[in-house]
Amino acid sequence: MSSIPQDRHYAKSHEWAKPEPDGTVLVGITDYAQGALGDITYVQLPKVGATLAAGAVFGVVESVKAASDLYAPAGGTVVEVNGLLESAPETVNQDPYARGWMLRVRPASPGATGLMDAAAYGATLT
Amino acid sequence: MSALRRTPLYDFHVARGGRMVDFAGWEMPVQYRSILEEHRAVRRAAGLFDVSHMGEVEVRGPGARAFLDTLLTNDVGRLAPGGVLYSPMCEPSGGVVDDLLAYQRGPDDYFLCVNASNIAKDVAWIRDRAATAAADVEIVDVSDAWALLALQGPLAERLLQPLTGAKLGLIRPFQFAEATVAGVLCLASRTGYTGEDGFELYHAPADSVALAEALLAAGAPHGLELCGLGARDSLRLEAGYPLYGHELSAEISPLAAGLGWTVKLGKSADFIGRTALAAEKAAGSPRRVLHFRTGDRRIVRPDSPVCTSDGTVVGRVLSGTLSPILNEAIGSALVSTAFATSPLFVAIRGTEIPLQIVRPPLVPRSGT
Repeated sequence: MSSIPQDRHYAKSHEWAKPEPDGTVLVGITDYAQGALGDITYVQLPKVGATLAAGAVFGVVESVKAASDLYAPAGGTVVEVNGLLESAPETVNQDPYARGWMLRVRPASPGATGLMDAAAYGATLT
Repeated sequence: MSALRRTPLYDFHVARGGRMVDFAGWEMPVQYRSILEEHRAVRRAAGLFDVSHMGEVEVRGPGARAFLDTLLTNDVGRLAPGGVLYSPMCEPSGGVVDDLLAYQRGPDDYFLCVNASNIAKDVAWIRDRAATAAADVEIVDVSDAWALLALQGPLAERLLQPLTGAKLGLIRPFQFAEATVAGVLCLASRTGYTGEDGFELYHAPADSVALAEALLAAGAPHGLELCGLGARDSLRLEAGYPLYGHELSAEISPLAAGLGWTVKLGKSADFIGRTALAAEKAAGSPRRVLHFRTGDRRIVRPDSPVCTSDGTVVGRVLSGTLSPILNEAIGSALVSTAFATSPLFVAIRGTEIPLQIVRPPLVPRSGT
C-alpha cells in the first residue's frame, strides 16, 4: 500500500480532510478505501453551496461491487466539487489523495475534530 | 460450513495480485488489477480465466444418447463426436436444474460441463433420473480430474496457435478437439462465456500452472490480461448470456429466459419438462427476462424493483453492472409479460431511471 500523506486528517470511515492555505478544506477518500471498493464507476456529490454537517452523509461512491455512503470529515459549505469525477470516476482509484479529491469545503469552524493523523489512521488498518 | 476449495491455480492467482473471494464454495479471483480493464482487454485483445471450479460429469454407455435426450431440452441427436451443445436441464415443471455444455467424445461417450454451484445437485439429479429410467449408462463425477482455463478474445486463436500443433482453424465454434498446448494435453473447446471468440482448455490439474504460465507469457505482450470472475460476469451480461441463479432458475424457465431456441419441443425424445414447456409456449410465458441499458452510470443492483410509470411493481432486476464498453449501466430483469412493452423504471437513491429494453447482445462481437 502506498504511504498515507501526513498533510491531512482522517476519519475512521476512510475519508480525508486536507487544510488548504486559503482556509478551505479538501475532502476525499483514502487509498485503502478506493482499494477496498475496487473499480469506482460513479461518484455522487452535493452541489456547490450545500451545507454539510460533520459526520453526515455527503454523497455516494459506487463501485462494480457496491454503493457506499461518504461521510463528511468536516462541516461547512461546499465551495467546489471535482467535476472530473463525473466523467472519470476512476480518477479516485488512480490518484485518491490528489486528482481524485471530491469536495472543497469552507469550514463552519476552524480545526477538525474527531479526526486522526496519518499515523493513527494507519494503525486502524493493520 | 466446510472450508473453501481452491483450484490448482490458487497460488498463481495470489502471486499475481488476484483478489480472492468465495464463489460457490471456491476461493476464486474476482479481479487482479481492475475489473473494467480486464473486461476491456477481452473485447480488445484477450483474457485468461481460471474456471476450474466448473464441474464435469461423464455420461457413458449404450444408452447415453437416448438418456441425454430425455434429460436435456436441446437436441442431443444433433451432436456428433467432437461437437458441443448448450442446453438447459429442466425439472418436470419446466424450471431449470442447471444449464450446461454437453460434449460428445465418441458414440457412447459424453461429458457435461456444469455450473460449480450446482455440481452436487446435478449429479444427484442425473443419477436419480437414470435410475428411474433404468438407462444403460454410467454416470461419473469427474470434476476433480479436470482443470479448465478459458482463453477469450479476438486474439485467442492467434495467441494459442503458436503453442500447439493442432490446426485451431479447423475447430469451429461449438466443436472441440484434443490439442497439446505448450506440452500439456488439452481438450480445446471453441466455446466461452464472454461473447468473443475463444477456447476453453480442459486439462489435468497437475498441468494447470504450466499451462497458465505459457498462455500468459504468450499473450501478455499482445495485451492479454488475467481476468477474474468480475469481468467474466460483466462480459457475459453484455453478451446477454444467462447466469444460473439469476436469469435461469427453478422459477425461470428457458422460455421465460428467452432461450426458446434451446427447447426442442419437436424432437422425438420425451424430455423432462416437455409437457410444461409446451403448455408455457402455447399460453405464453407469464414473465419474461428482459435486457436493458439505462444511459446512466449508476449501477442497477439485483433485486431492485422494476416499476411502471405509475409506480406499480411489475418485476425485479436479476443482474446489473456497468458496461465498460457502453459506459452505462446494463442488466436484466424479470418482468410480467403484460408490462414487457410498457415504459419501465427502476429507482436508484430516489431517482427514477428509465430502462431502455434491448435485445442482446448489448455489445457485438469484436472483429477479428
